[in-house]
Amino acid sequence: MINTKVAIAGVTLNNPVMTASGTFGSGMEYSDFVDLNKLGAVVTKGVANVPWEGNPTPRVAETYGGMLNAIGLQNPGIDVFAERDIPFLKQYDTKIIVNICGKTVEDYLKVVERLADEPVDMLEINVSCPNVKEGAIAFGQKPDSLYHITSEIKKKAKQPVIMKLSPNVTDIAEMSKAAEAAGADALSMINTITGMKIDIHKRKFALANKTGGLSGPAIKPVAVRMVYQAAQAVKIPIIGMGGIANAEDAIEFLLAGASAVAVGAMNFVNPYTTVEVVQGIEEYMQRYGIEDVTELIGAVENI
Amino acid sequence: MDGQIPLKKKVKTTIVSQKQIAEQIYDLWLETELAQDAHAGQFVAVYPQNAATLLPRPISICEVDKEQCRLRLVYRVAGKGTAEFSAYRAGDTLEVLGVLGNGFPIEAAKGKRVFLMGGGIGIPPMLELSKELDAEKHILLGYRNQDLFLQDDLGENGQVYIATEDGSVGVQGNVMDIIKVNDLHADIIMACGPMPMLRAIKQYAAEQGIDAYLSLEERMACGVGACLGCVCKTKEIDHHSHVNNARICTDGPVFEAGEVDI
Repeated sequence: MINTKVAIAGVTLNNPVMTASGTFGSGMEYSDFVDLNKLGAVVTKGVANVPWEGNPTPRVAETYGGMLNAIGLQNPGIDVFAERDIPFLKQYDTKIIVNICGKTVEDYLKVVERLADEPVDMLEINVSCPNVKEGAIAFGQKPDSLYHITSEIKKKAKQPVIMKLSPNVTDIAEMSKAAEAAGADALSMINTITGMKIDIHKRKFALANKTGGLSGPAIKPVAVRMVYQAAQAVKIPIIGMGGIANAEDAIEFLLAGASAVAVGAMNFVNPYTTVEVVQGIEEYMQRYGIEDVTELIGAVENI
Repeated sequence: MDGQIPLKKKVKTTIVSQKQIAEQIYDLWLETELAQDAHAGQFVAVYPQNAATLLPRPISICEVDKEQCRLRLVYRVAGKGTAEFSAYRAGDTLEVLGVLGNGFPIEAAKGKRVFLMGGGIGIPPMLELSKELDAEKHILLGYRNQDLFLQDDLGENGQVYIATEDGSVGVQGNVMDIIKVNDLHADIIMACGPMPMLRAIKQYAAEQGIDAYLSLEERMACGVGACLGCVCKTKEIDHHSHVNNARICTDGPVFEAGEVDI
């Protein structure tokens, strides 16, 4: 019998496969395709203290082997989320990780405090969305501001805190260390890479927001590299993501040092991706005689 | 709609036939179980096989043949994905996600005088709609020029009127000009086409005090309501999003004109 369980900050997941925030709603939309009981965790779409309208359309554009999005963190606010989405997810044997966004530190803290008595397993703090004018990435591009927001959140949070980091930084190791020093229980990376697309026939930006976040298989090598660098720099667990399309991709992240992985844009391409990754990891373990999935974490030969 | 909402599925379909029917316009019949759940105004998302073009392409359902388990898609080649589809032949397979969207409210038009208004690549969904509606059907079609398509199929189900931008066939102008020139009247409108056309119909329906159901279009990613890419502005706070945005892929693509801010 092989073991696929992994523990992140004391929370044990049935397997290391999650959904990436913003690509899976709160699970409801994909429950036609995926048995949510088979996922290690569902990471929900970012939620703020009040409803957010998001950006004008077009909000999405396809690019070579990937896509750009500038949704702008549209969300119904924490009250609706707590009444509707948490009870829905509680029906399933999976862990619930709530992604939190805000314009100010106080906004984040309101959501963190509101969730204190809710049955959610972990909080993921979005300090890396490139598509909103205030907040989000503003907290995630300088080590001192990342340190500040992380430590403020850690003072209030009742659940373990995952800081979701941006790839749009000079030194991911330095950012990772800042979050760890401030008390973060885990890191997740990478959020999208800021990009742009221009329609040459209309001479217009493909996105109303002009810039957007690039995701999909096109960004995977960048993500694997950053997970590796972060894993070398910190002791806290890392949730790796960025273009994971199949089990091979997921295993690459584990070997680079991730303790768990998340499937993002590829949910849009193949709604069964998450469960196929779970199954593929088990097949890989059987093929190579690996009894415990944790043996794979950081197991790339370091020569 | 009556009964339970059928589960959405990603399935492998087989191409029964494909032919070009106008400049850049292709007529594709697929054999698929999805036909059993499909109705007018809904759409499917078709996946390119090239891994560089990841996202499924939303394409409206032109016709449903439940007996033979077939769906007809009439689409325009607009980019790399649709160009790939146009090269496929009978016997090839295509992966399709469906059935998506709400579709037109067939019962709302029962026994009434209805305008079915289609502009350009908004014309195809009017065909299945014209088959499903039990009403007095006036079918108003707007084309760029004499390169017409589907007008004969539609003529079997109602009175067809044509407008062309260059005046080469029918009324010179657009579908709104058909109404003026022929002094037509309706109790309800169902429409699909470019945004300027839909805006004009919304205004006309408000002036006439009649309901209009408009099928909207937007750049989509997931097609199932998760990514929030394809939203449109709504007059009231939306029941799901709790902001003034509805998801075209799942709350639409068909909206009552008064509900949306277009």
